[in-house]
Amino acid sequence: MRRFVFVARGVAWRSIHNTFANPAIILPSIIFPLFFLAAFAGGLSSISGVPNFDYKPGYTAFQYGFVLLQSSAFGGVFTGFAVARDFDSGFARRLLLSAPQRSGIIAGYAVGALVRWLVTGSVVTIAALLAGMSLEGNGVELIGLLGLGVLVNNVAALWACGVAMFLRTEQAGALIQMPVFIVLFLAPVFVPLHLLTGWIHAVARYNPATAALEAARGFIAGAPVKVALAFAVLAGAIALMSLFARRGLASAERAG
Amino acid sequence: MQATAPEATGVAASEAALPGAAARELPALAEPSLLEQVGAVARRSVVRTFRQRALLIFPLIFPLLLFAINGSALTAARKIPGFPDVSYRDFALAIPFIQGALFVAVSAGTDLARDIESGFFNRLALTPLRGSALLAGQLGGAVVVACVQSLVYLGVGLATGVGIASGFLGALVLLVLSIVIAFGFAGLGALLALRFGTGEAVQGFFPLLFVTIFLSSSNLPRNLIKTDWFKEVATYNPVSYLIEGVRSLIITGWDGEALALGFGFALALCVITLSFAGAAMKNRLVRT
Repeated sequence: MRRFVFVARGVAWRSIHNTFANPAIILPSIIFPLFFLAAFAGGLSSISGVPNFDYKPGYTAFQYGFVLLQSSAFGGVFTGFAVARDFDSGFARRLLLSAPQRSGIIAGYAVGALVRWLVTGSVVTIAALLAGMSLEGNGVELIGLLGLGVLVNNVAALWACGVAMFLRTEQAGALIQMPVFIVLFLAPVFVPLHLLTGWIHAVARYNPATAALEAARGFIAGAPVKVALAFAVLAGAIALMSLFARRGLASAERAG
Repeated sequence: MQATAPEATGVAASEAALPGAAARELPALAEPSLLEQVGAVARRSVVRTFRQRALLIFPLIFPLLLFAINGSALTAARKIPGFPDVSYRDFALAIPFIQGALFVAVSAGTDLARDIESGFFNRLALTPLRGSALLAGQLGGAVVVACVQSLVYLGVGLATGVGIASGFLGALVLLVLSIVIAFGFAGLGALLALRFGTGEAVQGFFPLLFVTIFLSSSNLPRNLIKTDWFKEVATYNPVSYLIEGVRSLIITGWDGEALALGFGFALALCVITLSFAGAAMKNRLVRT
């Protein structure tokens, strides 16, 4: 356990340092969600006038729920890019040779992803509040919202680490981000689930991201919904993605 | 192209490479015309583009994916009073054409940047190939990709039940407009490549270019955008007029104003980006 923590701490520190020392790495992960927030909350605010759109805190808060979880997921995705870059540069191979407990490597990258998101998420929250968002949840509900973000970030980071370790090239970037992007956008992004029609409604209904998104919006509105389902789904996804990332690591170990 | 480049250099380079009498014995060859020079560079650009299938597939699939998702997810927008009396899918079909053009910009710029980074551009610059031919030819692959993309987007739109209000002739005009737009964006990609000289820099601009679509009238007509600052940004954003030009042919029919603005901004984009790219090309050739 001590060796695991030792490796995780070292990798996390390096990941955090690289992220914040290089503006070209941190800026896109901050700017992207801000633009999404501006484009969706600003450009589509008329949607809140559609009959049966019943989200009380308003459209900015409605979109904030999505953008917060999106920034959380992309915090994990961007960390996957860093893992792929480490393999391309040869650093990861040296790391594999020197780490006394290799599963600590995954944990370290995951911690790096979390710290990255805590900064991005704070910026997005400040921007949304400045834009007039009304946060109606109480302290406990806002902690619940934060918890959802942490879990989503962890799922995405484990997925991204797994893919990056399986493929070990920066060209894995598209494969890392596309599924995350698709899963997120197949949730009720622009309107509540009950206003979706056709195939997108059927897909969104069974999309695990929908539970997390609805729970997040419930916390923001101070009217929690699907909380147990959302946390259960995310806990299951973390268990699954941990296995996937561990297998990715094993694949990288075999490749030498 | 590596085999073609020496042919394109004409006799001057050959003479420069040969000493005295040997050079004088060479027959005088006519310098290839500008069109032949463009053709030679363009052929290489097209072949290279088709060899990199990932460059073709991703720009095709990603906009279609967003079209499929947004076309359904934003159906509720039709209930906003004043929304055009068409399905949201009809309204949204214009967006893939512009997104595809942005991908063309990035792939054209990245290809040119790769030539700069690998030194191939420097070797070409040593030949009598004209800078304008080099620039126009390099964008040949981009134009071919734009043609393929536009046909696919139109085909997918028609297959999913989108009607073209301006009819068959309108569909042809739509293809022409989308290709002009793509050419303009390809010029921007070339400008970035010539200015910065690395593919990483070109790709780094992609998010910024992509944001111009989000900050436009892509998702709702401008008169239905409720947030004032966003409406202002969308009004001053030229991408809004490119989208509205394409969209008018799909949902309105023949709208002279929208088409004039669409073609006007598209041509202005071509002229501006290609002029600056031409100047950047000269600078880079001088540096070479």
